Amino acid sequence: MRERDVPQEGNATLAGNRKAVYAVADDGKVRLVASRGWEVEEIVTRQAVQDLERLAQDARARALAGLTSPLEVHMYRARMDLALLSQTTGLWRWRIRRHFRPQVFARLSPALRQRYADALGLTPEALGRID
Amino acid sequence: MPPFVHAHASHCESGVMSSLVRHHGLPMSEAMAFGLASAILFAYLPFMRINGLPLVAYRIAPRGIIRRLNKDLGFGMRFERFRDPAEGTRRLDQLLDEGKLVGLQTSVFWLPYFPPDLRFHFNAHNLLVYGREGDEYLISDPVAESVVRCARADLEKARFAKGMLAPKGLLYYATGKPSSPDWAKLGKRALGRAADTMLRTPLPFVGVRGIRMLAWQVGRLADDAHARLYVGNIVRMQEEIGTGGAGFRFLYASFLQELAERTGYRPLEGLAAQLVEVGDRWREFALAAARMIRGRDKFDSRALAGQLRALAGDEKKFFGELDAAQRAWAC
Repeated sequence: MRERDVPQEGNATLAGNRKAVYAVADDGKVRLVASRGWEVEEIVTRQAVQDLERLAQDARARALAGLTSPLEVHMYRARMDLALLSQTTGLWRWRIRRHFRPQVFARLSPALRQRYADALGLTPEALGRID
Repeated sequence: MPPFVHAHASHCESGVMSSLVRHHGLPMSEAMAFGLASAILFAYLPFMRINGLPLVAYRIAPRGIIRRLNKDLGFGMRFERFRDPAEGTRRLDQLLDEGKLVGLQTSVFWLPYFPPDLRFHFNAHNLLVYGREGDEYLISDPVAESVVRCARADLEKARFAKGMLAPKGLLYYATGKPSSPDWAKLGKRALGRAADTMLRTPLPFVGVRGIRMLAWQVGRLADDAHARLYVGNIVRMQEEIGTGGAGFRFLYASFLQELAERTGYRPLEGLAAQLVEVGDRWREFALAAARMIRGRDKFDSRALAGQLRALAGDEKKFFGELDAAQRAWAC
């Protein structure tokens, strides 16, 4: 990549930041150049973000219909999946899956609520809400 | 100790290590740190999954650059891990009060200064802490253009994130001064080690064989939503997560040029130019994949697999010649 070909496409996912890339300058030396981003990066990053947003939306719709608990919504909002939430909380997956049932979630002990809240970066009160 | 100077870098670990070595008195560019540690790699790791998608690595495992440089330059790096987050924070404060420059392994998801779209649960990010003001840490994150600040609670959460590659509060600091090395000797060994890993690792998912294995997997993909996520993930790992594949190739090319200049061993210059071309082809692969993901071109997994196979050929040729040049280097 030549220095003048370094993309400066104003990648939205960088939120105004510049990233350092290496490119060939006119004297043939490879040097560090600050880049405003490449559309390709934006496409794949947005794709990954949108996939998680889609999962969160889908879970939210099911939570509002009483088919799942707010826990599943917050899990996807924190960009986690079941495997990661299990590792973060130290709870078995089947237990977490059980807590996705609204009736079970409603009876969750304060200690468990706190554990989920810590893992997801929420307050225990916010854990029970979806907006 | 002179005041700390922040430098923008393209990869977190090589950025952290070059800054740290410079701070302790030995001039070192990011490319030099990256190259001397033989950090260039390809590995396709289908058994390590993030959100259900396989890990594709374009550089050696986390902490590899730190460990190898520490061994070669001998500056007594200490590593500490903590079971208790409060203890980890207390120890960090103590080291900062002693005037130490402290490196940390963190998650990127819990760092509030990161752009929201780039905050994923990736746990092997590296940054330097060079001071503290009240409840705020002064941070030199090599991938940020300038220094940043981070609140105590946020940094603690980022250091003690759980999951794959969990940092467990890891912090590291130098206890001695790096010695000025015999660049030719270290360089020759670093080149040999990189070529060895890429060409002769006896595992089918590492090195040139790893690229072929990934090509085979990509070629089998059907044309559906999963396939687009799968290919997008490869490109994201390549371009976005820690500089990525093409970026690491350019970084290594810069190292080859610098090593040639410093030691006067000219064949490395031709190899640098060759590697820049390989990097450009990685970028072409990323572009082709992104166009298919967006639907601008028809999704064609066979074409992508073909590009990857060609890249495997390019890398085999490059690392073969690198190995030959290294063997012919009398020093």
